[in-house]
Amino acid sequence: MTPDQPPGRLAGGLISPAQNTWCPGCGNFSIEHMMKSAVAELSEEGGIPLENFVLLGGIGCHGKLVDYLNVNSLYAIHGRSVPAATGIRLANPDLKVICHVGDGDIYAEGLDHLIFAAKRNSDITVIVHDNRVYGLTTGQYTPTSPTGFKGRSTPGGITEHPLNPLEVMLAAGATYIARGYTKKVRHLKDLFKEAIMHRGFSFVDVLQICATYFNLTDYYNEHAYEMQEGEVDAGRFESALGKIREWDYDREAPIPLGTFYSVDKPIYEEKFRVLTAGRPERRALVRKVVEEWR
Amino acid sequence: MAEYSVLIGGKAGEGINTAGLSIAGLFSRLGYRTYMYFDYPSLIRGGHNFAIVRASDRIVGAHRTRVDVLLAFDQNSIENHRQRLHAGTTVVYDASQVVQAEGYGLPLDDIVKEEKAPPITKNSAMLGTLARVAGIGREVLEDVLRATVPAKHLEANLRVAGRGYDAVEGVFTVEPLDAPALPVLTGNEAAGLGLVHGGLDTYVAYPMTPSSSLLHFLANRAEDLSIRVIHPENEIGVILMALGLAYAGEKTAVGTSGGGFCLMTEGLSLAGMSEIPVTIVMGQRPGPSTGVPTYTAQTDLHFVLNAGQGEFPRFVVAPGDLEEAYAWSATALMLSWRYQVPAIVLTDKTLAEGAYSFDFGAVTEPPDHEPVLWDGAGEYRRYARTESGVSPLTFPGREGAVVKASSYAHDEAGFTTEESEEVIELQEMRFRKGESLGAELATYPAVKTYGARNSGMTIVCWGSQKWACIEAAEEFGARVVQPLVLSPFPVRQWKEAMIGAGRIACVENNATGQLARLLRQHGFDPGRPVLKYDGRPFAVDELATRLGEVFA
Repeated sequence: MTPDQPPGRLAGGLISPAQNTWCPGCGNFSIEHMMKSAVAELSEEGGIPLENFVLLGGIGCHGKLVDYLNVNSLYAIHGRSVPAATGIRLANPDLKVICHVGDGDIYAEGLDHLIFAAKRNSDITVIVHDNRVYGLTTGQYTPTSPTGFKGRSTPGGITEHPLNPLEVMLAAGATYIARGYTKKVRHLKDLFKEAIMHRGFSFVDVLQICATYFNLTDYYNEHAYEMQEGEVDAGRFESALGKIREWDYDREAPIPLGTFYSVDKPIYEEKFRVLTAGRPERRALVRKVVEEWR
Repeated sequence: MAEYSVLIGGKAGEGINTAGLSIAGLFSRLGYRTYMYFDYPSLIRGGHNFAIVRASDRIVGAHRTRVDVLLAFDQNSIENHRQRLHAGTTVVYDASQVVQAEGYGLPLDDIVKEEKAPPITKNSAMLGTLARVAGIGREVLEDVLRATVPAKHLEANLRVAGRGYDAVEGVFTVEPLDAPALPVLTGNEAAGLGLVHGGLDTYVAYPMTPSSSLLHFLANRAEDLSIRVIHPENEIGVILMALGLAYAGEKTAVGTSGGGFCLMTEGLSLAGMSEIPVTIVMGQRPGPSTGVPTYTAQTDLHFVLNAGQGEFPRFVVAPGDLEEAYAWSATALMLSWRYQVPAIVLTDKTLAEGAYSFDFGAVTEPPDHEPVLWDGAGEYRRYARTESGVSPLTFPGREGAVVKASSYAHDEAGFTTEESEEVIELQEMRFRKGESLGAELATYPAVKTYGARNSGMTIVCWGSQKWACIEAAEEFGARVVQPLVLSPFPVRQWKEAMIGAGRIACVENNATGQLARLLRQHGFDPGRPVLKYDGRPFAVDELATRLGEVFA
């Protein structure tokens, strides 16, 4: 982008020509527009070239986001975008790799990949569109649906308790953990920017309204609050854990929003860089290996 | 023809595989071509492991039932192999373990104790006895040990080997040949080197027999070969990580066996739709399910041909020896990128973990292929429609391009579509790509033949059973026809190869005749099945007997 363009021009250009098919009032709109703005601002203010952003989608309503933004994307399969993201980051350390995933997508189908990406401290960002219900398959319970949730596959209501995904991520080794809410868009955008710029595995669980199958707008408006400076020591595991446990996605409690944990640890992809540095002529290396075989 | 077979057997954990490779090294040093079959159960310590090393002045790629020397570390190694002995077989056994046997009994426990050497050096004692029995000079024996044993253990091994050498007498004489000492590699090692030849940047795999040794080999040599080797959480993670790497421009291969490939099929189908290249080394073993995990089979041909939902072109090749494993692994990777299709190198335990003399000079250098890259003109469209079906590639990070790949049916730019016409166009474009690949393969030796035409007898086989068939065929003067490429099936080359085939026998390591079924699908007569499905490869003599029933 040339510097003489008016501010905000870049963000506008990021909307793709693909027809948007989300329901009216869907929380995905906030996530889409805040990611668009986050990318544009990081590009304009942070000097990250637009071509260095890569979005990945799982399968579900959330995944459509990657069609709606004119940014590099790999629209992957249900639950599997995270390992692909690590692959992309391994291939090119200049890329900012951002996974948009759903709660059914990543906490059910792809939980193993999420846990291992956190364990590795893979330098990628995972944004969970957590509407706590399957939308595209029309209304079944997910791993973050509250006890008693009546879905189309569980008409009698579920007896199990939801996962607290933030707690799972903290235990797994994520180095950046945050929660946002789709009705607090400016806050959400700031979290996105912070997560993308964090070196290491970044995780943002976004409480998202599902206008059709699970509209918790009133509940969230009543309970969600932005954490203030000093409410949590994001550099300390125990402090983060305590704050993360304030709400367990089940019982009624205040819902803290913001950054719970942010620490600096070695990045998984870095240790592989030396191996392929300089790109030597590999056929000569093969010949040498065979000639010196023992 | 000069040829020798040696069996060495003992418990798992005693280093039988390594000992077998040292025996192969001994013969290689004298210019012989070698092949080693390694048989082991799925356990870490105990049980019965054995290796049969066959050495010859001609190319060998299969074992025979009978052995000239039996080296036994335990009673099982005597009892399980009585049918392999002939009048001239020399038996050497560890008298500390074996209670009943005829031959040379060496008190190996006492020997290593007296020499203050670790127990693993008993293998060197056996190697020493073999050298003496086979009339191989002490200096050759010591040479082999120097080349294989780490410096700090060398002295102890030399002492113990010398004790073995002195404890027995010469029985026959292996004459040195005027031929180079070739290195002995496994099929997995040749395939791994071939992938690097083809441009491999990263190998991703989760351990599973018989492909784990490919992962171990490349991980060990990653620095020497300047590649990355990654072991993620499971095979689903493996193939997705590989697709991520390839989407961002890195040439990537993965390796697995049937069970792991089951998990990869979802990712395989994603590769088919998104047109992201990936090469899969699929080492077969007997199923269903866990099956007989450390043994061999050719039971997944139709699985790899049909795996993954939906219809998409793929490249499948089944090499039969090291030179083919090397050349075709390189080719698979290059063609996968040239045509943006998944490529599968189909091996089995016999080839993957079997060891063979590797004649690097005899490898037919595969033609080089570069991916079709975007020229930077105009707006980039990842799935631009083309005559050949191949859309030019570029990768994220390229200024001026938005690279959108997708698992959904998509338009040229990569956006999801459900429009009838676009869905049809996309499907036909994929098929054009498959046809272009098929046309390209017409210039490759996709079907190989051995022996004279018009003998009236033809043996059809694929993969690792190639050399057993070539040798057994000689007893009948029969011709051997081996399809290397199984998808897209080389119909024209097959027709040409089978002119005047006469009576046909189709040799396979499975119970249903999977190649035969594929041939029938293409309208060809597969002849009579010669099948073996006990998890073991054919011995040459065993196969000749079975073929005799067909050709009688």
